[in-house]
Amino acid sequence: MDLDDTPEQSAYRAQVRGWLEQHKAEAPVLQGPGALEDEQEIVAARRAWQGKLAEAGLAGVTWPKEYGGQGLGPIEQVICNQEIARAKIPGILDSIGVGMLGPTIIAHGSDEQKSRYLAPLLHGDEVWCQLFSEPAAGSDLAAVQTRARQQDDGSWRLTGQKVWTTNAQFASYGLLLARTDADVPKHKGLTMFVVPMDGEGVTVRGLRQISGEAEFNEVFFDDVALDSGAVVGGVGNGWGTALTTLMFERVTIGLGGEGMGYNSNRFANAIAGDEHARRDPEVRHQLGEIASELLAVRFTGYRTLTALQKGQIPGPEAGLAKITIVSGAIKAGDLIADILGPDSLAEDGEWAYMISFLPGLKSAGGTEEILRNTVGERVLGLPPEPRLDKGIPFSELRSKEGAAA
Amino acid sequence: MNLALSDEQVFLREAARGTLSRFKTVDAAREALDGDESALPDLWPTAREAGWPGLLIDESHGGAGLDAFDAMLVLGECGRVLAGVALLGHLPATAILAEAPNASGLLEPLATGERRAAYLPVSPPDDIEQNWSADPARGAARAPAPTATEDGGQARVSGRLSFVLDAPGADLLVGVALLDGRPVGVAIEADASGVSVEPVRRYDATRSLGHVTLAESPATVLDAPVESLAGAWYLAQALIAAESVGSVETALDLSVAYAKERHTFGRAIGSYQAVKHSLTEVLRQLENGRSLLYYAGWARQGQPAEFPLAASAARSVAGRALDEAARTMISVHGGIGATWEHDAPLYFRRAQLSRRLLGGTGRATDRVAGELIAQADAA
Repeated sequence: MDLDDTPEQSAYRAQVRGWLEQHKAEAPVLQGPGALEDEQEIVAARRAWQGKLAEAGLAGVTWPKEYGGQGLGPIEQVICNQEIARAKIPGILDSIGVGMLGPTIIAHGSDEQKSRYLAPLLHGDEVWCQLFSEPAAGSDLAAVQTRARQQDDGSWRLTGQKVWTTNAQFASYGLLLARTDADVPKHKGLTMFVVPMDGEGVTVRGLRQISGEAEFNEVFFDDVALDSGAVVGGVGNGWGTALTTLMFERVTIGLGGEGMGYNSNRFANAIAGDEHARRDPEVRHQLGEIASELLAVRFTGYRTLTALQKGQIPGPEAGLAKITIVSGAIKAGDLIADILGPDSLAEDGEWAYMISFLPGLKSAGGTEEILRNTVGERVLGLPPEPRLDKGIPFSELRSKEGAAA
Repeated sequence: MNLALSDEQVFLREAARGTLSRFKTVDAAREALDGDESALPDLWPTAREAGWPGLLIDESHGGAGLDAFDAMLVLGECGRVLAGVALLGHLPATAILAEAPNASGLLEPLATGERRAAYLPVSPPDDIEQNWSADPARGAARAPAPTATEDGGQARVSGRLSFVLDAPGADLLVGVALLDGRPVGVAIEADASGVSVEPVRRYDATRSLGHVTLAESPATVLDAPVESLAGAWYLAQALIAAESVGSVETALDLSVAYAKERHTFGRAIGSYQAVKHSLTEVLRQLENGRSLLYYAGWARQGQPAEFPLAASAARSVAGRALDEAARTMISVHGGIGATWEHDAPLYFRRAQLSRRLLGGTGRATDRVAGELIAQADAA
C-alpha cells in the first residue's frame, strides 16, 4: 500500500513538470496582480492556453493517439492535473468537452464526426457544451421534451429548451439529447445530436444564481435546422449514448474530488485564525467532524485511482463522495459564518461566494436524492420504487401523470 | 498509487473470517448479557494459532512483522461478529515494547501469545490539554496519568486507570507514566506488588474491561522513544476504528437483507426512499470510515507525522458510523429490531460502549481539529 509514483509515473511527472516550468509564464493570469478582467479576453486567453497544453500532450491525456490524445491512463491525467495545480496556473478551459463530450464522440460518433470535431475541441479552437438537462428533466433525464423532427430530405428541425448549460455563451457546439419519437416508451425515443451554437434559432441566456453571477445558461431552440449528419450514435439510441457521457462524468468527479477546493485545511485555516473559536469545544467538534469526512473523501479518491489503474470503471458509489463534499462544505460555510459573523457575507469575500454557490451544487450532476436512489439500487441492490412510466409511450405519460395525481 | 489489499492481506482477512465463523460469538454476546459469561468463547488460543498476538512484533522475536493495517484487517473481522479477542489491549502494548531495545527479552512469549499484554491507555497532550491524561472513572474531566519514581535503580509506578481494555487476566501491563514530569514507557508484571485489576462489565458483555490500580508497583522503565508512547494511543484509536467499521458492515448487510424481504403496502420496504436513503447514509459513512482506515494504515509508515490526524479521523468517523448503523438497523427492522431476541441490540450495545472507550469518539474528533489547527499554525 503506497501513494507513490511508479518509476514510469515518476518519469512522466518530471516531464510534465519540466514543460510547465518552461511555459508557465505563457499561462493566462486569472488572480492577483495583472489578472485579466474582461470575460472575452479571459476566454480567448484560456482557449489559446488550452491549445498549448494540447500541443504539449497535457490535454486529452487519456484520448487515443489517433484523435490527438496521448493514449495514456487516468493516472497520467491525474498527474497532469496535479502538476498544473502545483504550478498555480489554469488548466484547460473546456474540461467538459475534453473530459466527457469528446470521449462520447470517440465512443459513438461517425468517422466524419471524429475527424471534423475532435481536434478543434481538444485544442480549444471550438468549445463544447452539454445540452442534456431541461426545466422538467434533470433527475429524470429521459423525460426530455426538446423535440427533433426529421424532414423529408433527412435533415432535422429542433425545438425546445435546455438549462444549466456551462460555457454555452461561448461554445461553438453542443451535444444535445432530444426526443425524436414520442410514441414509444421514453428511454427509447431519444437521439443524440451535435448542434452548432451559432445556428439560426439558437438563443443563449445567462442564468444568474444566488451569488448574482451567471455560471450557467439557459439555451432556447426555435426550429433550428440540423443536417442528417448531426446524429451521434444512431437515431433512437440517445439514452445509451447519454449513459456513456454520464459514465465519463463519474470518472471526472471521481478523479477531481478535492478539485473544487473544499478541503479540510482550507476550513481549518479560517478557524485557526480566530483566537477564541479555535479553543471553543463546540467549534472544534464541528470542525473535527467536517474535516474527518473531507479527509475520507481524499482517500476515497485514491481508492478510485487504484481501481482505475487496474482498469476498473468507477461505479455509482462515486456519488456518495459528492454528497460528502457538498454537505461538508455547506456545514463548514455555516460554521465559518457563525464565527466571523456578518462580515463573512461581504459580497466580494471568499465565503459569501462559497455559501451562495453550494445550495445549487447540491443538485448539480444529480440531486442528493437521485444519487441516493441510484446508490441504493445499484450498489446495495435495493428494489426500485414502482414506476408509472414503464412501457408507456412518452406521448401518453402526461395524461397518466394527471390521473395518478 | 496503490491502495489495494495485497494478496497476503486478502488471505489474512479471509482466514480471520473463516476462523471466527467457527464460533457463535453473537449468540454468546446475548447469553453473556443474560448472566452466562461462560458462554463467551475463549478466543485467545484461536488467536495464537492464527498468529495474531505477534502481528506487530518482528520475525526475529517470533512475530509476523506486519503493520498496523494488517492488524486493522483482523480487528475488522472481529468487529463483524462481535468477537472479543483481547487484541485491542495486547497489540498497542506490543507496539511500545517493539520500540524499546531493553524490552526485547519480553517480546517472544508475547509474540506467540504464551503471555498476554494489556495497554494502559494514556493520551498525549494536544494544543489545549497540556498534560498526558487517562480516562476518568466517571465524568468529563480527564484523570491524571500514572507517575513513576526511581530509587536505587528500581522504578515504581502509581496511578489509577479506568476501563482498561482486556486488562483482566493479562500477564503484563504496558503504558506510560510520568517520571519527573517526563513521559516514559513502563512495563509492569500483573502479579507484581501493588497491582490490582478489578474486572468490569458495562453494557456490552463481549468487552473485557478492568479498573487498574498501581500502588508503588515495581516496573521496568522502557527506553522506547516518546513518539512510540503517543503512537500507541493512536494505534489503539485506529484499531478500535477498524473494529467498528467491521461491525458497521454486518449491521448494514443485515439491514439491507431485511429491507429486501420485508413487504408493506404490497412492496419491499427497501423500495421506499425513506428507507433506501437511510441505508445509503450508512453506506456513505461506512465508505468514509474505510477510506480513513487506509489513510491511517498508510500514514503510520508512509507519513508518521499525519498518523495522529489519520487515526483520530478514522476513530471519529467509524464511531459515528457505528452509531448510525446500529440505530438504522433497529429502525429498519421496526419493533422487532428493538427486542432482546434480535441481533440489532447487540450491535447497538457495542456501538454505545465502544464510542466511550479509549478517550471516546468525541475526544478523537476534537483531536482532528487540534491537529489541523496545528498544521495551520505551522503553515
